[in-house]
Amino acid sequence: MPGRRSLFVLMALAFGFAFLYLPILAMIIYSFNASRLVTVWDSANSPTLAWYVELFHNAPIMESARLSFRIASVNATGAVILGTLAAFALERYRRFRGRALFGLLTTAPMVLPEVITGLSLLLLFVALDQAVGWPGGRGATTITIAHITFSMAYVIVVIQARLATVDRSLEEAAMDLGARPWKVFFVITLPLIMPAIASGWVLAFILSWDDLVITSFVSGPSSTTLPQLVFSKVRLGVSPDINALATILVLIVTVCVLVAGSYMIRMERRRARDAQAAFDPAP
Amino acid sequence: MNAAAERLYRGVRRLGGGRRPVGRWVVIALPYLWLAVFFLVPFLIVLKIAFANIQLSMPPVEPVLTWTADKVLQLRFHFSNFAFVFGDELYIAAFLNSLKVAGVSTILALLIGYPMAYGIARAPGAWRNILFLLVVLPFFTSFLLRVYAWLGLLGRNGPINDVLLALGLVHEPLQMLQTDFAVYLGMVYSYLPFMILPLYSAIEKLDLTLLEAAADLGCRPTKAFFTITLPLTKEGIFAGCLLVFIPAVGEYVIPALLGGPDTLMIGRVVWDEFFGNRDWPVASALAIVLLAILSGFVLLLQRVQAREGEA
Repeated sequence: MPGRRSLFVLMALAFGFAFLYLPILAMIIYSFNASRLVTVWDSANSPTLAWYVELFHNAPIMESARLSFRIASVNATGAVILGTLAAFALERYRRFRGRALFGLLTTAPMVLPEVITGLSLLLLFVALDQAVGWPGGRGATTITIAHITFSMAYVIVVIQARLATVDRSLEEAAMDLGARPWKVFFVITLPLIMPAIASGWVLAFILSWDDLVITSFVSGPSSTTLPQLVFSKVRLGVSPDINALATILVLIVTVCVLVAGSYMIRMERRRARDAQAAFDPAP
Repeated sequence: MNAAAERLYRGVRRLGGGRRPVGRWVVIALPYLWLAVFFLVPFLIVLKIAFANIQLSMPPVEPVLTWTADKVLQLRFHFSNFAFVFGDELYIAAFLNSLKVAGVSTILALLIGYPMAYGIARAPGAWRNILFLLVVLPFFTSFLLRVYAWLGLLGRNGPINDVLLALGLVHEPLQMLQTDFAVYLGMVYSYLPFMILPLYSAIEKLDLTLLEAAADLGCRPTKAFFTITLPLTKEGIFAGCLLVFIPAVGEYVIPALLGGPDTLMIGRVVWDEFFGNRDWPVASALAIVLLAILSGFVLLLQRVQAREGEA
């Protein structure tokens, strides 16, 4: 609809996207600024890659990045396994004892304030330590468990949405031909929901990689994740090497999202074609 | 298969509910058990500790359940933590201020987000996907770093102050960091995508022929918007507002980084009680009260989303 209103909408779009992206853009530009004051442009020595070099020589940052990466990978894998099971239970087993509670437990972690989730998990770990002597202090293990618990909820949403669109007749056909339920799942269902599993994994990885509040509650003195390190640094103000770090992370995420997006569109088309071919009689 | 194994197999099958295969039981039990142990039980512990007394030890709480000398199980509930929370003006102010900050941020996000969602939903095909991706992208970039980005922009010698000084609008740099203004800005900035996505899907579903009919009958675009578009996208508005409001109430990072020492928000108070004062019982009592406040909104959100699913 052309006219006055679309001009207003165009301006809102321009303003909105500028609002969303200018801060990130500024952060990227300042990462090449030689000045330690970050926002005061030192035109004599800039642009420079000095902060990137410093970043890669910063042992604590590299150490915590490795820890975060390890936790995020294990978390994503665990969350996808449990999340797929839960999504399957919710989508395919319409009625079982305790389903209402199960539904609540799978959605609550998404909407709960992180301070509450973090606090409650810490209290659990302390109580467990007292009662059974496990997990024996806090560290990577407790962080991973906490992350699986809250990121699983997001994975369930993604996979359940996908499962709902899977054509049940393919599974029923396999079942009629004598395939056992487990075989049907691995040969028919799993390939069909693979895009959702992949995006669920990436989502869980990013949620874990990014989490500060829950992690702070359940981490120990020997385990500092990247967000914890960044937070303790930026509490004291802007820091040029954090700008360099942010730039690298933004770049990686952008590339990943673009690649994943185009891959998923292609998978989608292929799947639709295959499904079509399966139903159409051969010419 | 020998008889014993056969019996065992039947027994296991029976666990899953009569004739049903054991696989089904495993599929449900594994995630259920995980969530029960790591999500449900922790809550009960928070509830328990909210009723306990503080003591100087590790963990710094008195047990609620104890065996007395003559082997009697003793339950001691202390309501003092809740009395303390509701008796202290600081905590009441923190709760009220959190609700205010979250509410104002939600309205601001709606005012910015609605026209954007509208523009994206009405954009031509190829553009729509690109714009949609641009809204989703910040979701995947670190929340912490996006909040951090404003530290540089809002600083005394940051670019915003530079522009204001150059234009002669101000004569000395404005103090923007560590103010409520910075907190509102950070909230709207961080949660805007949460607002846009449900609005987008509501506006996209809208039947355009209704607007055409209205225009044919001589209805002005502004009136058509308020009598057709807005009421029909009501569900999206509710969902978006709740998705911004609920996490904003308990937010910790934004007030901690952008707010001043006097920016009281409940997420920050819980954090400080826990890490600063090591008062676990009061922190737990605060968490329980926060949960009670939010659960109403969470239930509302579930109802809205269920209705959206049916539509």
